[in-house]
Amino acid sequence: MKQWIIGGLLAASGMMAAGLVTGSRYEGEREEHGKRFGFSLQDVAPVQNARYTEECGSCHFAYQPGLLPAASWHKLMGTLADHFGENAELDADTAAQLRRYLEANAADRVYAGRSRGIANSLRGMAPLRVTETPYFRRQHEEIPQRAVQGNPDVGSFSRCAACHTRAGEGVYNEHTVRIPGWAGRGD
Amino acid sequence: MKPFVLVTALLAATASPVLQAETVTEVQNRYRTGGAGPFHFERGERLWNSRQFQERRCSDCHGADLKQPGMHRRTRQPIEPMAPSVAQHRYTDPAKVEKWLLRNCKWTWGRACTAQEKGDLLEYLKRL
Repeated sequence: MKQWIIGGLLAASGMMAAGLVTGSRYEGEREEHGKRFGFSLQDVAPVQNARYTEECGSCHFAYQPGLLPAASWHKLMGTLADHFGENAELDADTAAQLRRYLEANAADRVYAGRSRGIANSLRGMAPLRVTETPYFRRQHEEIPQRAVQGNPDVGSFSRCAACHTRAGEGVYNEHTVRIPGWAGRGD
Repeated sequence: MKPFVLVTALLAATASPVLQAETVTEVQNRYRTGGAGPFHFERGERLWNSRQFQERRCSDCHGADLKQPGMHRRTRQPIEPMAPSVAQHRYTDPAKVEKWLLRNCKWTWGRACTAQEKGDLLEYLKRL
C-alpha cells in the first residue's frame, strides 16, 4: 500500500514536471499541434474586407492585416503614391477606411497566432515589408535563395501564395507549402 | 410575381454591356465638359503602345493581346483582360475607371494623363 502511494506521488510529480516543460514550450507545442492536425492555431486571421481585397489584391497578394503592426500600416497608407516604386493612390475616403481596417486588425492589435509572433519579434520596429520582420526572417531562414529569388516560378518572398497554397485563408503552416518547380518539401 | 422575376433576370443579363457603354460614355463626357475631345481610336492605340517614361508601356503588364489576361510585371499577379468584349464588368464603375487611369498613367509614363489622352485611351479600349 505504502509503495503504491509513493509510486503514485512520483508519477504525479513526474506529470507536473512534464506539464511545466510543456508550459515553457507552449509556442512550440502549439505549432506542433497545428501541424499534426493540419489546422492553424498559429496562423493569421483571413482578410474580411471586400474593399481591401479589391483595392490592394488587384496588384498583389492581399496581405492579412495581422502580418504587420499598426504603425507599419499607418506609414504604408500614408505613402501610397510611392508604394515600393508603384503608384497605388486611393481617394481619401477609401484610404481612410482601409487604414482603419488594417490598423484595427494589425499584428499588435489582434495579438493572436502568428500575429503575436510577428508583434513580439519587432521590438519597436515598424517595417513596411512583412519580409523585413524578424519573425518572417526566422521562419524562412532555411529556405535557399535559389528556391525563391532564383526560381522563375516564385521570384520573390513577397509572393506568399506562390508557395503557401492556403495563404489566402491565412494558413501558413509548413504542411501547406509547395515551392513550385522545386523538388522536395517546403522546408 | 413570375413575370417580375423574368424581367429582372433579363435585365441582369443585359445590364453589363449597357452599363459598360454607359460608364465609358459617362467618363468621356466628363472629359468633354472639361474641354477635351473628340476622341480617336487610333490616337488611343498609339498612346497605349507608346513609351514615354523609363521604357514603360501599358502592355508590359496588360500583355500584347488585350483579350487575354495580363500579369503585373513585378508581383506577377494575374490581371484580367482589358477588352470589354471579354471583361465588361471592368467598365461598370466610373470611379474605378478613373482610379486605374490615374494610377497607371503615373506608373507607366511618370505623370498623370490629360483628359484628352484618357478619352482617347478609352475610345481605343472600349472597341476591343
